[in-house]
Amino acid sequence: MKSTQARNSFKRGLAAGAAALALIAGTAVAQEPIKIGSFLSVTGGASFLGDPEKKTLELYVDKINAAGGVLGRKLKLISYDSAGSAEKARTFAKRLIDEDKVDVIIGGSTTGETMAVIPLVEAAHIPFISLAGAVVITEPVKKWVFKTPQTDRMACEKVFADMQSRKLTKIALISGNGGFGKSMRAQCLSVASKYGIQVIADESYANGDTDMTAQLTKIKNTPGLQAVLNPGFGATPAIVTKNYRQIGITVPLYESHGVASKGYIKLAGAAANGVRLPAGALLVADALPASDPQRAVLLSYKHAYESTYHSDVATFGGHAYDGLMIAVDAMKKVGSTDKAKVRDAIEATHGFIGIDGTFNMSPTDHMGLDLGAFRMLEIKNGDWTLLN
Amino acid sequence: MNSSRILTRLASPRTGGLLALAILIALLPLALPNSYFYDVAILVGLNAIVCVGLNLLIGYAGQISLGHAGFFGLGAYGSAILATRYGWPPLAALLATTVAVALLAYIVGRPILRLKGHYLAMATLGLGIIIFMVLTTEDKFTGGPDGISVVPFRIGAFALQGEHIWYWVVGVLLLLAVWLALNLIESPTGRALRALHSSEVGAEVVGINAAEHKLMVFVISAVFASVAGSLGAHYSGFVTPSKAAFLHSIELVTMVVFGGLASTYGAVVGAAVLTTLPQLLTSFEDYEMMVFGALMIGTMVFLPRGVVPSIARLLASRRKAVPDDKADGK
Amino acid sequence: MSAQFVQYLLTGLTVGAIYALVALGFSIIFNASHVINFAQGEFVMIGGMATVSLVAAGLPYFFAVLLAIAAAALVGLALEKFAIEPARDASVVTLIIITIGASIFLRGLAMVVWDKGFHALRPFTGNTPIAIGGATILPQSLWVLGVTLLIVLALSWFFGRTLLGKAMLATSHNRLAAQLVGINVRMVLFLSFGLSAALGAIAGILIAPITATSYDVGIMLGLKGFAAAILGGLGSGIGAVVGGLVLGIAETMSAGYLSSAYKDAIAFVIILVVLFFMPSGLFGRRGGERV
Repeated sequence: MKSTQARNSFKRGLAAGAAALALIAGTAVAQEPIKIGSFLSVTGGASFLGDPEKKTLELYVDKINAAGGVLGRKLKLISYDSAGSAEKARTFAKRLIDEDKVDVIIGGSTTGETMAVIPLVEAAHIPFISLAGAVVITEPVKKWVFKTPQTDRMACEKVFADMQSRKLTKIALISGNGGFGKSMRAQCLSVASKYGIQVIADESYANGDTDMTAQLTKIKNTPGLQAVLNPGFGATPAIVTKNYRQIGITVPLYESHGVASKGYIKLAGAAANGVRLPAGALLVADALPASDPQRAVLLSYKHAYESTYHSDVATFGGHAYDGLMIAVDAMKKVGSTDKAKVRDAIEATHGFIGIDGTFNMSPTDHMGLDLGAFRMLEIKNGDWTLLN
Repeated sequence: MNSSRILTRLASPRTGGLLALAILIALLPLALPNSYFYDVAILVGLNAIVCVGLNLLIGYAGQISLGHAGFFGLGAYGSAILATRYGWPPLAALLATTVAVALLAYIVGRPILRLKGHYLAMATLGLGIIIFMVLTTEDKFTGGPDGISVVPFRIGAFALQGEHIWYWVVGVLLLLAVWLALNLIESPTGRALRALHSSEVGAEVVGINAAEHKLMVFVISAVFASVAGSLGAHYSGFVTPSKAAFLHSIELVTMVVFGGLASTYGAVVGAAVLTTLPQLLTSFEDYEMMVFGALMIGTMVFLPRGVVPSIARLLASRRKAVPDDKADGK
Repeated sequence: MSAQFVQYLLTGLTVGAIYALVALGFSIIFNASHVINFAQGEFVMIGGMATVSLVAAGLPYFFAVLLAIAAAALVGLALEKFAIEPARDASVVTLIIITIGASIFLRGLAMVVWDKGFHALRPFTGNTPIAIGGATILPQSLWVLGVTLLIVLALSWFFGRTLLGKAMLATSHNRLAAQLVGINVRMVLFLSFGLSAALGAIAGILIAPITATSYDVGIMLGLKGFAAAILGGLGSGIGAVVGGLVLGIAETMSAGYLSSAYKDAIAFVIILVVLFFMPSGLFGRRGGERV
């Protein structure tokens, strides 16, 4: 008798204990934050990419948490500064995966850093949304790697299409020798013939250089010159622009989306007037018609960023916004942070209206934007204007 | 062998020190909880190999090199291009690259080492920058600023992949590098080098061919850097020109001086501290650079001979303070 | 063809003048202490960035410039007092590492005090290019060349005619002898840091309207200034100026006539070749070696 009673009460105690444990564990898991991992070039040569990216991530993680978080859990942003170095990016990615055990990685301001990390995320089966520009990141498609910025090839195509419409066929390239400039130059050279463009001069400069009149003089003296394209980013394209006007080149100058921030206009001053470039619609959000699907998202981001940080918004921050929102959206859709499920949901992103454009991803397209994501802008009177 | 002889041998850098280092390397994994820590340890090991070689040049031979990352980068790219683009077996690529870098160091070293002091520093710096520019510009070969990915290191069918295997490989190679360096220092060549360091003219007067010795050390240190670069390329799976950049060269020299010039173990300590420090300082975020710089200044001001020699001095002076009856009795 | 040449020459002289100012800073500190001050580039950065933020705060341009130079000089003096002097008995290599640490520290400080972006300064007298012999030059470039010339003249007067200057020169020739004749070599070292910092700041302010300034603009300029100082012969004032101009012209000529991608490499090859034939630089002290 006693032993059966004892066994029954033992069983009951065990069941109660198990239930209590499950409850505690359940609540503990529910309280555990969703970890968003990130490595960005906050300092170093690409800091004007990484700085707005980090600020954007921090701003929107706070906003999302203030609105109740995701799936009832808070978001926690763990971000490291890779300073533009592929080696540091690799080590920090390892740290995010093995030590911090994050649920998703959004980062990689530059292509070099992104490419270094790809083998790690592929092996660790963790979804990774890159914020870098080169087309090689998603071509060929890698299972766990996505990206939000428009590709450098798209920028070339947008520029060449505009040149074609103005009957400009013989052009010169002057590119920065960093990863972005070189990669875009290579893309432009490969797609030029598709648009009937002939590259008749090809100069380059180092990203820290202070004067490009020598290269531009060579370009100016090339017979038959009809336009010049400057793939590059940072402050140096502004110097190129100033030098361009200084030595009196009159043919049209095109810049890349690497200068899509107010800083370029401030540095180049009056020399920037008349320059055309492909860029996301963020810079001309106010000028968009009310019917434009991106207008609301763009204005909301612009207002939030500028009122929090008191500095002009830059398209690079928009890449981070898109990455974060797509990831969060995917988590909400599958109702968990299971990495495989989230990856599938990201791949199925459809009609997502972001800062960079409207995303339609697929198993063969892990970027999801088309040429329409780029608008052609021209700088007039020290401000961006939208060309139709 | 009686106990005092064993103790004396244990106290010598070659036996005792190597043993201590070997034990440290063997036991360290117990303190490493996950792959990330192994990764940092491997990076420390690779940097340490370069620094041990560089220390021979700077600390013992007294020659400065501000372009050593160039050799490291060449080693990395040589292995990367031969093994990945041309499908060579990685071991053959490694050996071929090492020979090529040694040859380059030999050819370039002859004229460069005729310079002294800051002029030599400038020449090595220029060499490093030229190497960096070539790696960045010849993108058809080298992939340009974004670099190229590298196949894993294979010996036959066996592939070296994963932090755990690489940890032991790098650990053993570090021990080998330290052993080689210590042997060189204790050999007549090493003594010739130290004579060179204190007075080049004096050394020549006693019959030491200064130019030959300087060149030899230059080539040896370039080889250490190249091998470490090749291995690093296979380990991390990619190469970018920043491996050969000026800032990397400065980092290496800083590690050597920080750890202690003319101290092989100092070079290891310097590499360890300066490789792990950025990982420890990440919580400072925006202030990380300031803290790092301040730490560098502070350490060099208070330990001007570098960490290991200063601590050794401290211990030695403490020991002298205690009266030692056994000192002369041997 | 010759208009091209004139353009390259003018650009090379402008860039070279900036290198010359930075190189002078290196030489002055080297003369007083045999130390290569790797933080020299940071003084250039402080000059430009400080002026930008002072102007943004509302100060008149001229006063902002003066204040920025003074601020940089103060930073130089502080560097000497707190980082160099405590380690004065250490070896030269240790001191060099200390200056490397200082440059990292100053860059980190600049990042925090200012920001990571790029900033421009208004040119001194406007932006309209001036045509000279088929080439164009910005008015700011004339300022760069003019001010550099003035500074070189002022420094040669200072070192040649004033007691303090002669004391600094004496210290550079033979520190012990200078001490023996009663020169306060510690004060000389202290002042040389302040002077070098001021020179660097002036260079930074002169170039900021042409290029852009940011917290890490000092790395490259410091490197090129060091190269120029070595090319000209470390410790020689004329050498620093000539070295700077030669380096600047070599760069632009290489970019114009050879390969713009390799212009820096070509410039360094030229330096190596010069050093091969003249191991102490163009104007360096070609003394014998004391045994």
